[in-house]
Amino acid sequence: MTQQMFPLVAKQALVRRRGKVLVGPIDLTLAGQGTSIVVGPNGAGKTTLLKMLHGIARMGGGSLNWACPMEQAQRRQAFVFQTPIMMRRPVVENIAYPLQLIGVPRKEARMRAAQWAERINLGDALDRQAVLLSGGERQKLALARALIREPDVLFLDEPCASLDGRATREIEDILQEVAAAGTRLIMSTHNMGQAQRLADEVLFVLHGRIHEFTPAKAFFAGPKTPQASAFLRGDIVE
Amino acid sequence: MADLWDGIAQAFWLLVTLDKDLVEITLRSLRVTLTALAIASMIALPLAALLAVRRFRLRRVTIAVLNALMGLPPVVVGLIVYVLLSRAGPLGVLGLLFTPTAMIIAQVVIIVPLVASIAHQSLRELWSDYHDLLISMNASQVQRIKALLWDGRRALLTAALAGFGRAIGEVGAIMVVGGNIDHATRVLTTAIALETGKGEFAMALGLGFVLIAMAVAVNLAIHWLGHTESEGRW
Repeated sequence: MTQQMFPLVAKQALVRRRGKVLVGPIDLTLAGQGTSIVVGPNGAGKTTLLKMLHGIARMGGGSLNWACPMEQAQRRQAFVFQTPIMMRRPVVENIAYPLQLIGVPRKEARMRAAQWAERINLGDALDRQAVLLSGGERQKLALARALIREPDVLFLDEPCASLDGRATREIEDILQEVAAAGTRLIMSTHNMGQAQRLADEVLFVLHGRIHEFTPAKAFFAGPKTPQASAFLRGDIVE
Repeated sequence: MADLWDGIAQAFWLLVTLDKDLVEITLRSLRVTLTALAIASMIALPLAALLAVRRFRLRRVTIAVLNALMGLPPVVVGLIVYVLLSRAGPLGVLGLLFTPTAMIIAQVVIIVPLVASIAHQSLRELWSDYHDLLISMNASQVQRIKALLWDGRRALLTAALAGFGRAIGEVGAIMVVGGNIDHATRVLTTAIALETGKGEFAMALGLGFVLIAMAVAVNLAIHWLGHTESEGRW
């Protein structure tokens, strides 16, 4: 039986690079429902925080524990990067790749990938090289590739950065659909409109620390900290 | 200059008449080199991928040694392989000295560092692109290596072709371990050396042009088979 993944508990968790603390120490408990949106100015540590929670940024101290064994938790997560990483393969093989990694037969993996490609409007581009896609198409492909294994938790690092309104809308629609189906979303964004549309709770990050972790409505109605208030007003926060 | 024109004419004549000795020597050259290349690629390419994806204590030293061995003197390789395969050597019982197999062994030793180093350069770049993605997908070490080898296959082709170029033009090592025996271990390069020694410059040049033409033909054939220039493909 699949064990419950949440809560995710971080205690004094931090990430260092070349002796400098990039994120942390962080104490955080994430429950298993809803969509968490990470906001904060450039260089605040949003990406590193997401990578730390996902397990691809090596921790320099503290602990991070899922409710289930770490190995199982890693298999049940996926990550969508800000700059989508395209494998040097056709679209269909890019989307099918995560399934092949867990031993799904090639034919079945390609069939399911083709269904996902249809869903993200790339059905006509199955055999096109992924590196030739436009920015919006690449991001949709990255999203489909992350979702094809039906993860319980999906991390997204500014998935709509540099996309136009239409592509953003398409991606948000898919995110709302998978969130409604039970996938836990943890996502960073610079777009406050998007944060308001998607968030159930907000983490405001500054200088590698979480300054606020509150329900979205409360955060947008009136942040507790002066830095978060300034950030929401559009002031420069340093 | 006259020798050069004579060489071109000789090469043309040898090709047009499909000279029996030329065909035999050329096929042997191809067989020895392509076999050595296949074996060297089987060793060098996974090694290059492993060096790209795995961090271990002697990794940097291994890379530095491989780079240094790219300039390995072929005659020294030939000498070492000779000592190993000679009757008094540890592998003498196999009776491989002065056979095409000995020539293949020498060529493998010479081209493994070259193919591995060039392949490592391109796979390292590919790995820096794929690093976060494959770790995020929980890909095992073997799966990462497979992904790099498959997606980097066209860059690896260049590494293999560099190995082919080095091996097909090699003369020192295969002369030592092969002995340049007629109808047994004579290949294009050793035949050229022999003809030059005899003062038959036109014949030597003719064989040289055939060697160059063959190297170009093999390169073109491999590029064509690999579709490296097709639109939209890598």
